[in-house]
Amino acid sequence: MEKYAVFVPKLVTKKENFAPGHRACVGCGEALAVRLACKALGQNVIIVTATGCMEVVSSPLPYTSWCVPWIHTLFENTGAVASGIEAGLKVIMRKGKCLAKEINVVAMAGDGGTSDIGLQALSGALERGHDFLYICLDNEAYMNTGIQRSSSTPYGASTTTAPAGKMSIGQVTWKKNMPAIAAAHDIPYVATACPSYPFDMMAKVAKGAAIHGPAYVHILSVCPTGWRSATNLTIRIGRLAVETGIFPLYEVENDKYKLSIDLPRLRPVQDYLKLQGRFRHLSEETINEIQYRVSEEYAKLKEKVACT
Amino acid sequence: MTAQRIGIEVSRAIAIATKLANVDVVSAYPITPQTHIVEDIAELVANGELDAAFIPVESEHSAMSACLGAAAVGARTFTATAGQGLELMHEVLYVASAMRLPIVMAVANRALSAPLSIWGDHSDVMAARDTGWIQIFAANGQETFDNVLCAFRIAEDQRVLLPAMVNLDGFHLTHVIEPIYIPEQGEVDKFLPPNQYPLPLDPDKPITMGAFAPPYIYTEVKKAQQVNLTAAKEVILQCWKEFGDCFGRHYSPVESYRGEKAKVLLLVMGSFSETAMSAIDSLRDEGKEVGLIKLRLWRPFPFAEIRQAVRDAEVLIVLDRAISFGGPGGPVCSEIRSALYSEDKKPKVIGFVSGLGGRDISPGEFRGIINRGIEISQTGSEQEFEMFGVRE
Repeated sequence: MEKYAVFVPKLVTKKENFAPGHRACVGCGEALAVRLACKALGQNVIIVTATGCMEVVSSPLPYTSWCVPWIHTLFENTGAVASGIEAGLKVIMRKGKCLAKEINVVAMAGDGGTSDIGLQALSGALERGHDFLYICLDNEAYMNTGIQRSSSTPYGASTTTAPAGKMSIGQVTWKKNMPAIAAAHDIPYVATACPSYPFDMMAKVAKGAAIHGPAYVHILSVCPTGWRSATNLTIRIGRLAVETGIFPLYEVENDKYKLSIDLPRLRPVQDYLKLQGRFRHLSEETINEIQYRVSEEYAKLKEKVACT
Repeated sequence: MTAQRIGIEVSRAIAIATKLANVDVVSAYPITPQTHIVEDIAELVANGELDAAFIPVESEHSAMSACLGAAAVGARTFTATAGQGLELMHEVLYVASAMRLPIVMAVANRALSAPLSIWGDHSDVMAARDTGWIQIFAANGQETFDNVLCAFRIAEDQRVLLPAMVNLDGFHLTHVIEPIYIPEQGEVDKFLPPNQYPLPLDPDKPITMGAFAPPYIYTEVKKAQQVNLTAAKEVILQCWKEFGDCFGRHYSPVESYRGEKAKVLLLVMGSFSETAMSAIDSLRDEGKEVGLIKLRLWRPFPFAEIRQAVRDAEVLIVLDRAISFGGPGGPVCSEIRSALYSEDKKPKVIGFVSGLGGRDISPGEFRGIINRGIEISQTGSEQEFEMFGVRE
């Protein structure tokens, strides 16, 4: 820690473009992700945010946490609004209607705004090749409206619309593989990240913004409120998600897969699950099922890394 | 004047209007009967005749959403849609007006499913009535062309900064070839100043757009919007006056055709008013004191002009090309009734719904509507409104 205290201020700007004073919950991994992403993005950026936690905590009129130009319009159209901004800037600069300068267009949305309701607009924007970065802040359910399940909620998690009960384990579907869907658009850059690995995350955000063409960064954001976890364990849970292989950190750059952290041995998923109330009802049998799936998916990913 | 009068499809003329306006961003999704408008714009861009970004989005929801983004960085922005497309962008329309983004849209008015109908009526735009947009109805190709140019000037005026839609009847206008005066670029440049959006998204001057409003401030925002849209009428009148000075064609919110000393008035919006003129002519020839009122400006609603235009009539027959199911009939008739309710001197208002889903109303049928309206004004009707021309 002492080393970090010496080196971090030299590596990372002290300037906060996502200002303190916002209303995110204690221990919010998503707010941390946004804060670090904003440090990585710098000043020359326009941020488009979908309706959701980060929009609501940061912009109650007449206050704002955003020290960079920021726009929110609706829930499902973030990809499309970013498209309009990118295309609009390009053409007015070309026509000399505004000063030509490098501006990164960055869209941010939650897992619902990305993998459910906003998927069509995102797919359209990726397919059309707009020069922008899309960041999915994945906290694995509709947390802003009160922990309802999304297609990004993991198998076995209890949420308010897929609750665990005598007849159900909670979520009965496997988490939608959103980074794979983004990669299937053959865009130049896709990455997964987590604020528990801050330098890796910031590097990926900066890279995604700098790359010409569409880039997609999927950030796992621990949500103590929705995951029923201790607020002081946010960083540790994020690291466990990676160390168990549940959320591997990787990049897909021009179709080439690369693991950001290649673990020789994965920790058992139980280490991750046991710290979260949303999994507390799971039987040994279900946990084994999850373990099997995680190992299988991780092996598939390693295969992709090996063949590309 | 150096303008050329040429025979041209109205949709194509709209595309030329956007080119003369030197539009920056056009974001659109194809839907009949809007397609020719956006196809022609795409062609102008592809041929290098128009320097603009044409964003071929994957839905109308995204079409309007991309317009939000483009307008927010200060680009002159246009789109066009029709029917189901306008419904799909519905929630985005409210955002465009409340966030004060001066987007211009042509709506090729079309019926709504089910059953599927690609043909014209006003059901689509009536569902968008309360979205806070400036709404103009064109009666012919020239009016459409002229008002697309006017819409840019009105919407982008610093006193307005609101989105504006120009309504034209699907097929009845979009797909017809009409003689239209196309002005020279220099004339348009004199009339239409460049878009100077006051607070664009710009890293040099960071702003927050689209913050959310808790109960303590939401009502104030809505009041500001209402005041602003109502006040836009003065700017619209001024724009139309200056358009008349520049181009010699004059527009007003409400137009009267042979309305002088008319005991009976027929009120129609859109292109069907041109057919109704023939019916009025033939009835006038027979010595009947009938006239026509064309309602051109739908939002902001021209209360004073409407009251003035109909005050001396005994009967006012209103034609709607949309229904409010289970309600008082058509939206236009409801609003006219409510605008006149507090007046001491006012005509009896009789409502008809007709011309749905592309069904024509012939001059003979307009005579039928007028005659039935007069009959109802004397004997009354058991219904709140009548649907005319229904095969039973």
